[in-house]
Amino acid sequence: MQSDIIRRSATTTPSPEVRGAYTGTVAKLIDTTKCIGCKACQVACMEWNDLRDDVGTNFGSYQNPADLSDRSWTLMRFTEYENPKGDLEWLIRKDGCMHCADPGCLKACPSPGAIVQYANGIVDFQEENCIGCGYCVTGCPFNIPRISKRDHKAYKCTLCSDRVAVGLEPACIKACPTGALVFGTKEEMKEHAAERIEDLKSRGFDQAGLYDPPGVGGTHVMYVLHHADQPALYAGLAPDPRISPLVRLWKGTAKPLSLALMGLTALAGFFHLVRVGRNEVDESDEAAARASLDASRKPEIRP
Amino acid sequence: MNSSVRRDSVLRYSPGVRTNHWLVAITFVLAALSGLSLFHPALFWLSNLFGGGPWTRILHPFIGLFMVLVFLGLAATVWDDNLLRPADWQWLRQWRDVVSNREDRLPEVGRYNAGQKLLFFVLVLCLIGLLLTGLAMWRAYFTLPVDLVRVASVLHAICALVLICSILVHIYAGFWVKGSVHAMLHGTVTPGWAWKHHRAWFRQITHDANPRTRSD
Repeated sequence: MQSDIIRRSATTTPSPEVRGAYTGTVAKLIDTTKCIGCKACQVACMEWNDLRDDVGTNFGSYQNPADLSDRSWTLMRFTEYENPKGDLEWLIRKDGCMHCADPGCLKACPSPGAIVQYANGIVDFQEENCIGCGYCVTGCPFNIPRISKRDHKAYKCTLCSDRVAVGLEPACIKACPTGALVFGTKEEMKEHAAERIEDLKSRGFDQAGLYDPPGVGGTHVMYVLHHADQPALYAGLAPDPRISPLVRLWKGTAKPLSLALMGLTALAGFFHLVRVGRNEVDESDEAAARASLDASRKPEIRP
Repeated sequence: MNSSVRRDSVLRYSPGVRTNHWLVAITFVLAALSGLSLFHPALFWLSNLFGGGPWTRILHPFIGLFMVLVFLGLAATVWDDNLLRPADWQWLRQWRDVVSNREDRLPEVGRYNAGQKLLFFVLVLCLIGLLLTGLAMWRAYFTLPVDLVRVASVLHAICALVLICSILVHIYAGFWVKGSVHAMLHGTVTPGWAWKHHRAWFRQITHDANPRTRSD
C-alpha cells in the first residue's frame, strides 16, 4: 500500500502520508512552441499503458483520435490560428490530465479511495474503487476524465505514476523527439520554462508565458505558450480554470449542512413528542361522532 | 348505504391507495439510502446495503424512476383532495394551535389538512425536480453539457434534502396523530378520529352515506 497519499477521495480523516516529497513535487512541462505534432507521445502512452483505442474516422484535421477517451489518455490538439499579421500559426497542444494541486475530480468523487493525490503531486484514479458515477467528469475543470463504455470506470492520464514511482520519467517524455516534453521537479520545470520564455520573447513572442493556473492551486502538468495571454487559442484551453462554485457547494458546504438539517428535523420531532406529546382521540370525540352519525341516520327510520 | 361508514370504523384509505402509498414509501427509503451513500462519505457504508458502490450507482436511478412512477399513481388519486382552499390558510396561520394539539380551535378540516396538502405539493415539486436533474446526472444513458450537469447535481441534492426532511416530518406526524399509521396499514379510522381530525370530511361521508338526509 502507498504511504505517500496526501489526499484521498470521499475520506475525511488523514490518509497515509508519512512519506513526503521532500525533494520537491514533480511536473511535466509541455512546450507547445517546440511541439511538431508527431504524436510519438500518444504512441508511447498507448504502448506503456497497453491501450488500444478504436480506429476512428478522419474529420479533416491532423488531430487523431478526435477526442480523449477511456483508451486515449493523451491527445495532440491541432489548432490553425491566423494571427493579426495574417500568418498561419499551427498551435499544437498535448491535452491530458493537468494533475491539479486542487483536483476537482477528487473533490467530487463519492467513492473512498477511487481518486488519490500522491505527495509528489500526481492525481491518480484507482479504478478498482471507481463506481462509475461520473462525478469526476462533473468536477473536472479541464474536461479530462472519460467513463469507459466497457467497464463503466473512469480513466485518464496517470502521469505514469507507476514509472515515476520507480524513478523513471513518464512514457510520453521518453518518446518526445524535440524536447517539447520535459519532466522533473516542479521547481526545475518552472526554471526551465523561464529560460524558454525568455528565449521566445527575444524571438518576438512578447506574450510568451507559463501556464500554471493558480485557480486550481497550480498544476503538475504545465504549458509554455507563445500566447500565454490567450490560452483559449489552444483548442479552448481554459483561461482561468477553477473548481466550479456549484461543485464546491455540492461537494463542500452542502454535505455537512444537509446532514445537520436532516438530523435537526428528526430531533425536532423527538422533542415535540417529549414536550407536547401525541395527539390522541378520547372517548368524548367518539361519543360526539356517534351522536352525529345517529343524527344523520334518523331520517332513514322515518316512513 | 355506503359501507365505508360504520358505527365502529370509517374507511379512510382503500386497499389500492394503501398499496400505492407503501410502494412509494419503500422505494423512497431505498432511493434515499442509496442517494445518501453517494452524497456524503460518512454515509458511503450504506452502499453495502445495495451490493457495493457500483451496484448502488446502477440501482439508484432505477429505484428513483420507479418511485416517481408509483408516486404518479398516488398523486392522481389524491390530487383533488389536496387542492388548497381559503380555510386552509386560516389553518396554517394557526400553526401554533396545530403543534400544541389544540385542534378544537382550528377550522374544520376536510379529507386532508393544510399541512398534509402543503406536504403533498412539496413532494410533487421535489419529485419533478429529482426526476429532471436525476436524468441529467445519469451518465450511463445521457451526456449533457457539464455546466448543466453541475447545476443539476446541486439541485438534485437540494430537492433530495427538502424531500427527506419533509418525509421525516411526515413520518413523525403519522406517529404523532395516533391512529394515522393504523389507517394507512389497515385502511380504517374510528369515527372519533375522523370527527376530531377531519370533521368536514366526516360530515361529508356521513352525509354521502345517507343521501336522504338534509344537510341542515
